[in-house]
Amino acid sequence: MTQMTMIQAITDAMRTELRRDDNVLVFGEDVAKNGGVFRATEGLYDEFGEDRVFDTPLAESGIAGLALGLALQQYRPIMEIQFFGFVFEAMDGIASQLARLRYRSGGHYHAPVTIRSPFGGGVKTPELHADNLEGLFAQCPGLKVVIPSNPYDAKGLLIAAIRDNDPVLFLEHMKLYRSFREEVPEEAYTIELGKAKIVREGSGLTLITYGAMVRTALKAAEQLQKEGIDCEIIDLRTISPLDTETIVKSIQKTNRAVVVQEAQKQAGIAAQVIAEINDCALLHLEAPVGRVSAPDSVFPFASAEDVWLPNEKDIIEQAKATVNF
Amino acid sequence: MDLPVNDSGRIEDFFPTLRILDTQGHVINEQARPEISNDELKELMRRMVYTRVWDQRALKLNRQGRLGFYAPVAGQEASMLASAFLMDQEDWLLPSYRDIPQLVWHGLPLYKAFLYSRGHFEGGQYPEELKAVMPQIIIAAQCTQAAGIALGLKKRGKKQVAFCYFGDGATSQGDFYEGMNFAGAYRAPAIFICQNNRFAISVPVEKQTAAASLAQKAVAAGIRGIQVDGMDPLAVYAATKKAREHAIAGDGPTLIETLTYRYGPHTMAGDDPTRYRTDELTGEWEKRDPLIRFRFYLERLGLWSQEDEEQTAEQARTDVDKALKQADRVSKQNVTDLLGFMFEKPTQNIQEQLDAYSAREGDQR
Ligand SMILES: Cc1ncc(C[n+]2csc(CCOP(=O)(O)OP(=O)(O)O)c2C)c(N)n1
Repeated sequence: MTQMTMIQAITDAMRTELRRDDNVLVFGEDVAKNGGVFRATEGLYDEFGEDRVFDTPLAESGIAGLALGLALQQYRPIMEIQFFGFVFEAMDGIASQLARLRYRSGGHYHAPVTIRSPFGGGVKTPELHADNLEGLFAQCPGLKVVIPSNPYDAKGLLIAAIRDNDPVLFLEHMKLYRSFREEVPEEAYTIELGKAKIVREGSGLTLITYGAMVRTALKAAEQLQKEGIDCEIIDLRTISPLDTETIVKSIQKTNRAVVVQEAQKQAGIAAQVIAEINDCALLHLEAPVGRVSAPDSVFPFASAEDVWLPNEKDIIEQAKATVNF
Repeated sequence: MDLPVNDSGRIEDFFPTLRILDTQGHVINEQARPEISNDELKELMRRMVYTRVWDQRALKLNRQGRLGFYAPVAGQEASMLASAFLMDQEDWLLPSYRDIPQLVWHGLPLYKAFLYSRGHFEGGQYPEELKAVMPQIIIAAQCTQAAGIALGLKKRGKKQVAFCYFGDGATSQGDFYEGMNFAGAYRAPAIFICQNNRFAISVPVEKQTAAASLAQKAVAAGIRGIQVDGMDPLAVYAATKKAREHAIAGDGPTLIETLTYRYGPHTMAGDDPTRYRTDELTGEWEKRDPLIRFRFYLERLGLWSQEDEEQTAEQARTDVDKALKQADRVSKQNVTDLLGFMFEKPTQNIQEQLDAYSAREGDQR
């Protein structure tokens, strides 16, 4: 075991898989010599060489198409979109092409492609870098969407994504990259995609969230505990497909839920979670499911992030409202 | 069967680099020297010196946390300012995140450039008379938009041109080809100015493309292409002048590739140039510096003195300080500010959120 930040765990996952399987390739803008703009691919070019870890010309649609083509040649591409705000350039390549390859070929072809990309608020990037666009991709049939909240999960989930035989979008919250360290095993391990994790047990209210909001929810729960509200927290880890079973079981116990997302409110993951709860656990509820999210504006200009992003206080307020309903 | 082959030579041979001033400011290509008045020569020099000083100040301010996102420009002054020098007040500018100097010289108040850097919506609220689009973050997206603006200008019967700026890396994007192709197909009055500063963040231009020059990419779009020494203000000026004349005459767009270099990091957000280029390379380019060579040239013509240099630098420093103070006075952004710009009239969800947030913001006051 070593102490790793989330970005180190991510690099470690790629290194592990590059060593294990010659078919694994890493490519994208500035990922080779430069080690990626966040240094997520640091050292991989030196260890595995230009053949396995290489820079692409500056074109995201090209990167996605290249990944599909290489997949058809039995490679396992890990492609990087430098910042998730640029993913629109590759929207066709991901949503229309990679995600549909198995379906269009009636199962004849498949695309074992991992799409890695940093996203998320709180680090004051210029516009179109940090946007929370996960909801768009959760709506793409044929694509799995994974968002880790900590170093340990990041490594296990990324290895699982790389070994998965279908395309997986793996989103890395920038704020979590270096914010804390954690014990991470040096050897390879996987965490099953599509499985949520209960990160805090409680009996009075279930907080359901993912990504950077997991830490925020944990802090809110400590405060709520002092005020007599005992929270259970579910880290979704995979937002598509959703682990409805874990959510429902928790609600059967707590009878109350608040869903928290950093993204804008409209048509987001929280909406989907609430719909699943309505379908599967409505009669266990003693209050309407609460929702904490950002407002429906474009992701904010850098100097307005502090007032725009949902925070601990928002969660505490909503939790109390749901409990006191 | 014998297939027809193109044996007329290599395509890049048709794209020699236009250079008029050598590194010592001597005219080496008299024939290509553009018509430009002494006052204009002086003004161009003034803009370059001013911009260099402002750039140096901006780097410092960024390190002190007083500016936000900033992409250094030193080295690219001739490419940026000798080309934009040909813009008529009514011509349209489509800049990238690095092309802030062109925006400011086209009429964006400096404090607004600082607000843009800090990430404040007022940095995007342009004066009515400024014909420009906000700096483009999405690489090459401005190229297709330039075709649209140029076509619009043409349809409206205006004798105006769209100036579109981007880097070498941008030429790998589909939007770059699409923009040139559309503008070519409509013979729209656009000028595509590719500042080839040799690196797209860390990736050298040799890795972007197998093409020996970027100017030759104009061939596929059927438009004019020219490569110029981007450290030579006169060459950049001459090529842009011609491109603008063609555009106005209805002869369609031109792609200008300027060979240049950025001395600083890609942006001030943690880029480390030592990872991908040598100091020797940077040193070589610094010897070709546009300010040095233009200074020599103007001094020989008796148009520039040490005093001019100092006055200009002083002016730049004063203006930067003033602009900074003005930017500091602008009020903080609220969520209601952001929600207010979503639609012409707030939709139901936006209105609900406007109400909720204004109550909260009211509480905080
Ligand atoms: C669509 C898109 N992809 C990637 C980026 C990230 N990025 C910002 S600048 C840059 C390099 C651009 O290089 P170039 O076009 O040569 O312009 P320069 O920065 O050198 O002026 C990259 C990859 C982006 N902003 N937009």
